[in-house]
Order: sequence, then structure tokens, then C-alpha cells
Amino acid sequence: MSIKLEHINYIYNPDTVYEKQALKDINLTIEQGEFVGVIGHTGSGKSTLIQHLNGLMKATSGTLFYDGKDIYAPEYNLKELRTQVGLVFQYPEHQLFEIDVLTDVCFGPKNQGFSKDECIRRAKEALELVGFPEKYYKQSPFELSGGQKRRVAIAGVLAMRPKVLVLDEPTAGLDPKGRDEILDQIAFLHKQTDLTVILVSHSMEDVAKYVNRLIVMNEGEKLFDATPREVFSHYKELERIGLAAPQVTYIMHALKEKGMDLPVDVTTIEEAADAIMRSFHD
Amino acid sequence: MIRDITIGQYYPANSVIHRMDPRVKITCTLLFLISLFLQNSVLGYGIATVFLVTVIKISKVPVKFIVKGLKAIVIILLITVGFNLFLTSDGTILVKFWVFKITDKGLRIAVFMALRLIYLIIGSSIMTLTTTPNSLTDGIEKLLAPLNKLHVPVHEIAMMMSIALRFIPILIEETDKIMKAQIARGADLESGNMIQKAKAMIPVLVPLFISAFRRANDLAMAMEARCYRGGEGRTKMKPLTYATRDFVGYGITFVYLGIIIAVGRYVPFHIWIF
Repeated sequence: MSIKLEHINYIYNPDTVYEKQALKDINLTIEQGEFVGVIGHTGSGKSTLIQHLNGLMKATSGTLFYDGKDIYAPEYNLKELRTQVGLVFQYPEHQLFEIDVLTDVCFGPKNQGFSKDECIRRAKEALELVGFPEKYYKQSPFELSGGQKRRVAIAGVLAMRPKVLVLDEPTAGLDPKGRDEILDQIAFLHKQTDLTVILVSHSMEDVAKYVNRLIVMNEGEKLFDATPREVFSHYKELERIGLAAPQVTYIMHALKEKGMDLPVDVTTIEEAADAIMRSFHD
Repeated sequence: MIRDITIGQYYPANSVIHRMDPRVKITCTLLFLISLFLQNSVLGYGIATVFLVTVIKISKVPVKFIVKGLKAIVIILLITVGFNLFLTSDGTILVKFWVFKITDKGLRIAVFMALRLIYLIIGSSIMTLTTTPNSLTDGIEKLLAPLNKLHVPVHEIAMMMSIALRFIPILIEETDKIMKAQIARGADLESGNMIQKAKAMIPVLVPLFISAFRRANDLAMAMEARCYRGGEGRTKMKPLTYATRDFVGYGITFVYLGIIIAVGRYVPFHIWIF
């Protein structure tokens, strides 16, 4: 599995007063097993970008290859692609509609044409993967808590057994506990299976801990595409476009300015704590 | 996808017409529409054309957008013109083939009728193109205020109108999002026969209804939290006030109306030119 974007441009409402170029000449390749974070301010084009990955939006110009095949070719099977690249939208619980949790999760595999037994098998497997308790399988999805609803919605996409999982702000509107649970679950999924995960967020803190590659979007352009460590070293530029590096980056820089001998490229609180302790021992 | 639909076809631009008070625009549009029925001569239509073209020029709305509104009435236009052209029997015969004959009178009525219909549409689209839906409801509320005495809940009606208008783009966006989310889960919303298509819409409609109720609930809560309790004694943050340009607008329209009435009175119906 690989996704390759070549010179992707996308323009909203072309030839009207509302015309807006949402993506400007995007080139990138995502390989099997990567855990990629996409970060950007509201309106930076990140949501537009991920909707291109499964062919929901068609680029105004440019080509997109999935496994080396051009998905804009007339004979290409987009429906098949959408089962391979599972897309979880923002507030995915708003798409729930069935009478009980299990039936709702079955919707994806049912559309793929599997038998009823196979659908249920896959749905149960997906619900297990997101850590949803079995005793609620027969409950109406509308009676669940926000965090549980979101698990069900993510399971609804996972039940199609995608090779790539794209999540648009999976933690929006959740409390800190719900946020950590969902993100830990996604990290666990990535580790357990051979799933490629693309995580869209506007919180650096969220992604820094989990991803091994970070793409920063600004006004439709790809500004950075590197490891979190490297991206955060440009924290001055990040600030200029309205983003911020994780707070530990600032602390480390401040401490270094005061004369402590510290590495400034740590990304998580644990690393920072280790580094500071070590500098005291030396 | 669905987002390309434009409703409440407001065209943002910076012009005197855009800045005018909505009450002026509503009243003047109404007067213009009435003026079209007060005359029926080449001179009268000539004056109406000059008035209309001037307003379009001042409004800075591209002609392309104005003509777009005419698409909706093409069929009515064709039927009207056809009937008047072929079925008017009196007057001098100009062309005759098979059972049809075109008379000078028929031609005249057909052309004038078409012009009248086109001007009616263009006249009212200029108003909707230059006024945001919200200021339009503000204007209607103010103009209908006297009806309050007759116990017509004018404010409530205006509030409902603006809420409904505000929700149209929100619900369109929501529909778009839900459709995309279900397509991403492999839903097939396009192929199949009528019944299959209707069935395929369930995964879209159920979440859409739930979301509409949720939003309505949230909005009601937010309004109550801000102590909203209807129109009685309620003031506005931006009350409508007339400026010089509004009086000029009224003035020009009344002068125009006067000329049209004069033309209609003193230029007899049957005269072709002047």
C-alpha cells in the first residue's frame, strides 16, 4: 500500500466571487505502516486534503496514485478504494443512524457485499478493536455517551478492514480523559495491526506524542513534512502561522537560554523530564 | 458537491444600492413592478429600460448573474410569447402559413408581454442580489410593523424567517457532510431504481433529522439563555435608519413612476412609436 499525490490543486467554487484555492500543488507519498499527523489552522486545507485520499473530492488538477494506480482513471473502482482508505470524519457520531450499535457497525461491510454472518463477525471484531464493551452491542447508538458514540463510529469504518485509517480531528469536543483514551486506542491499533494511520489535528500536544511524521499545512500549501522533532525546531515559523509547538519545546528553549545544557528537540513531557534530570546528574 | 447550490442569491459588492436601507429597496422594487403595468408603449418600455439599466450599472452586479435568474421562467416565457403571437386574430396579417397567422397586433402584444415578464424578474432579482437575507427580513419586519395593531405577530414571523434562512446553508453543509461520511462507509446513493434510491437515503436522512432537532434545541436554549422572549419592547443593535442615499432612492423612483404614469395617460395604447 502506498498513497502518492502529485501536483494536487483544488479550487472551491471556480469562476465565482467565492472562488478559493484550498490546495496548492501538494506533493507527498505515504507508505504502508506510517503514523502521520496532519496539522494546520482552520481553513488551511487539511480537511480538503484528506478527502482527496479516498476519492471523495476530485482534484481540480494533479494526479493521485493508490498502490501505483491512478485513481482518476475512468475505469478505477472508487468504491473499492473507499473500503481500503477508511475515512473517519469530524464528529463521526453524527453519522450513526441504525437501531442498535452492532447493526450500525455492520453498515460498512454490508455495503461491501458480505453475508450477514460475515458482517456481524467483522463488526464485532471492529468494536473489540476500539475497546467498546460487549454489553452495549444491542443498545441504541443515540443513548451512549459522547466518547462511546465516537468509538462506535470509528468501529463503523474499521469494520470495512481498511489498510489506511484517516481520522479528522478524532478528539474534537471530548474531555481530556476521552481524548487520551481515543488517541491511546488509535496508537494501540497502529501497533497491533499493520494499519497506516493519518491523524488530522490542530493540537500539537495531541500529535507530538503519537506520530512519527508530521505534515504542516498552511493556506493550502504543505509547509513542513518531517519528523515532529524537526518540525518543532521551526517553532518560530509555526507561531507565525498561528500554530504552536508543544509547551515542552518552549520550556526547554527557555531553560537553555538561562544557561542549562539541554537538548531542545524533545517532543514529549517524559523525554523532557529525563533530559532535565540527566543534566542535573552530570 | 451539494455545496455548489446557492440559495438567497446574494451577490456581495460595494455599491450604493447594496448599502441602501432594505425598506427603500423593497418599496422601490414594488413600485417598479407596478410601473410595468401602468403603461404599454414603446416609449414607456424605453423609460423602464433606461431605469433598469442604470440601476444594474450602479449595483455593480455582473449582468451574467442577473440573466441567470431568467432561466427559471424560460418555459413560461416561450408559452406566453407563442400563444400571443399565433392566437391573436385581429390586426393586419404579417405572415401566414398553414392555420397560423401572425398579425402586427399579435407581434406587439407578444413582445411587450415578454418584456414585462423579463423586467419583473430582473427587477426583483436586483433586490435579492443586493440585499442579504437578514436585512431583507429586517426591512419586511419594519414595513409590516403597523400590522402589529391588528395582532399579527410581525416580529415572530420575521424571526422565524431569518432563522429559517440562516439554517439553509447550515443544513446543506450538514447534508453534504453526512452524505460524504456514508459514502466513505461504502454507501451507494446514486444507482438503483426509485425504491432502492429512497432506501439508500435512510442513512442520510436519519442523522440529518437528528442533527436538525439538536441544532434547533441548542438554538432555543441559547436564545433563552440570552433572555429572548419575543418582540415586545425589543430594541435592535443596528436599527434601520434612513440616510441621504435612501431619500435620493425614493425620490428617483417616484420621479420615474410619475413619468411612467404620465406616459401611460397621454400616449395612447395603439400608437407604435411614441
